[in-house]
Amino acid sequence: MIVAKGLTKKYEDFVAVDGITFSVKRGESFGLLGPNGAGKSTTMRMIASTSQRTSGDLTILGKDPNKFGPEIRAHLGVVPQQDSHDRELKTWENLYIYGRYFGLSRKFLKAKIVELLEFAQLTDKRDTKVSALSGGMQRRLTIARGMVNEPEILMLDEPTTGLDPQARHILWDRLFRLKEEGVTLVITTHYMDEAEQLCDRLIVMDKGKIMAEGAPAELIKKYSSKEVLEVRFGSKNNAEAGQKIAHLGDRIETLPDRILVYSEDGEKILKQIHKMGLEPQTSLVRRSSLEDVFLRLTGRTLVD
Amino acid sequence: MSLINATVDSAIAIAERRRGKIGAEFYAGRGLVIIERAFLAFKTSSWAVVASGFVEPVFYLLAFGFGLGSLIGGVTDGSGHAVSYAAYIAPALLATSAMNGAIYDSTWNVFFKMHFGRLYQTILATSLGTLDVALGEIGWALLRGLTYAIGFMIVMTPLGLIPSWWGILAIPGAVLIAFGFASVGMGITSYLKNFQQMDMVNFFMLPMFLFSGTFYPLSIYPQWLQYVIESLPLWHAIQMERALTLGVVGWGLLGHVLYFVVMIAGGLFFTTKRLSALFLR
Repeated sequence: MIVAKGLTKKYEDFVAVDGITFSVKRGESFGLLGPNGAGKSTTMRMIASTSQRTSGDLTILGKDPNKFGPEIRAHLGVVPQQDSHDRELKTWENLYIYGRYFGLSRKFLKAKIVELLEFAQLTDKRDTKVSALSGGMQRRLTIARGMVNEPEILMLDEPTTGLDPQARHILWDRLFRLKEEGVTLVITTHYMDEAEQLCDRLIVMDKGKIMAEGAPAELIKKYSSKEVLEVRFGSKNNAEAGQKIAHLGDRIETLPDRILVYSEDGEKILKQIHKMGLEPQTSLVRRSSLEDVFLRLTGRTLVD
Repeated sequence: MSLINATVDSAIAIAERRRGKIGAEFYAGRGLVIIERAFLAFKTSSWAVVASGFVEPVFYLLAFGFGLGSLIGGVTDGSGHAVSYAAYIAPALLATSAMNGAIYDSTWNVFFKMHFGRLYQTILATSLGTLDVALGEIGWALLRGLTYAIGFMIVMTPLGLIPSWWGILAIPGAVLIAFGFASVGMGITSYLKNFQQMDMVNFFMLPMFLFSGTFYPLSIYPQWLQYVIESLPLWHAIQMERALTLGVVGWGLLGHVLYFVVMIAGGLFFTTKRLSALFLR
């Protein structure tokens, strides 16, 4: 559905997206994972035909966004990073007028809005002004709004940033339903758990480039070990302790606040550390995640 | 879901109708929905703000036309007929209120939506184009201008301030004036970045209102200053409206009309270009 080859976006001297190549298949849930400033949003905007590429090729459903901007946008549902509701209007009016922007008939929208309010669990907030909705509700309304034109591709830019855990889970549940209905999802996120939950396949981006591509489990297997032991010796002692335990496990990463030891068996490593006479303040064994993949690829953490 | 689909055109089918037409990449031919949006928002806005646009020229008319006018007596119009002072300034106030309404809608309202409401970003993520936005916003400003013009005419006519039947044409005249100012206003606003620059618009508007032959003929100015004022849009607006309400109609009117047609075309061109640069870059 989406094919990008050598896609590049430059703003004067700054290269936001640096020659990336990827493709998204129908019905797939595709992720762009990376820290802030990696070029995820810029890539999204180019796909959404609201930003013109500097060079490279891009086709969405076989159409070039430079030539068929409005036409491509009719195929897409867009959920921007910041909620941008019409604050002068009520909840249902926001859905209504957004549908009208696509030229959809009043009759069609009347039925559609009932369905969408139900989907977003906002039926009882129909006549509330959007400014009175909570953050989670506004986010769900944005997703419902993105669905009003029955898009084939739904573009979600940081869909759960700024939401509390409960609101996130409700939102994820809604997105799963859409996926089940066959909607292609393109999601940017800097949350690894979100990427693992929602994405069939993803690209890891950093500084405008693709660092790795694959299914979340595949990437973890390829770039990390099965388990990770996190130990903290206090910020002053971490560097010194890191050198002492450097020979343990497959690999270690010493971060300012903690040391990560990668291995197949975290508990075993922890025992070895105790045997050496070292007493970490806290210790935690967990499964490897995309966060570790990113750390491995870039030497930095996802959320600074 | 699919049942509904079968009977109604999809967003894609609607968008594809524009394929191959000139300007398809920035115009979807559906600017009317922007007016629909403005109307939805308008329903919740304060009626005091709406009424002020109508009341303002009426107050000026009372204070200057009848108050000051009772001291002045009459004025001689372009073709040598004597008219009352109120009848002399009434069309100028009509032109000015058309200008003010259009400028307010196309500057402050647009500036806010552009920089704080994120409204245009949202709209341009749909299958609408930048010219739809420009035409829709300006169209809404015109509807308001039209309403005010009709209201003002309803006040003026029974007071005997519209001596000629040509005066009816002062209503479309006011809409043309509003169109010109709204296009240019929105064009300029799209280039402005902060409130200080927005204040410059007012700084320019007030003197134009006071000195464009609104309250007295230009003949009292030195020749060079007359030339300056005759180049300003409000002077053309006032000349056009005054000629119509007083029934002093000549070919010269077309010159004023042309002036506004150029304003409209130029304003729309720059607005569309600038919106694309801002939101589709």
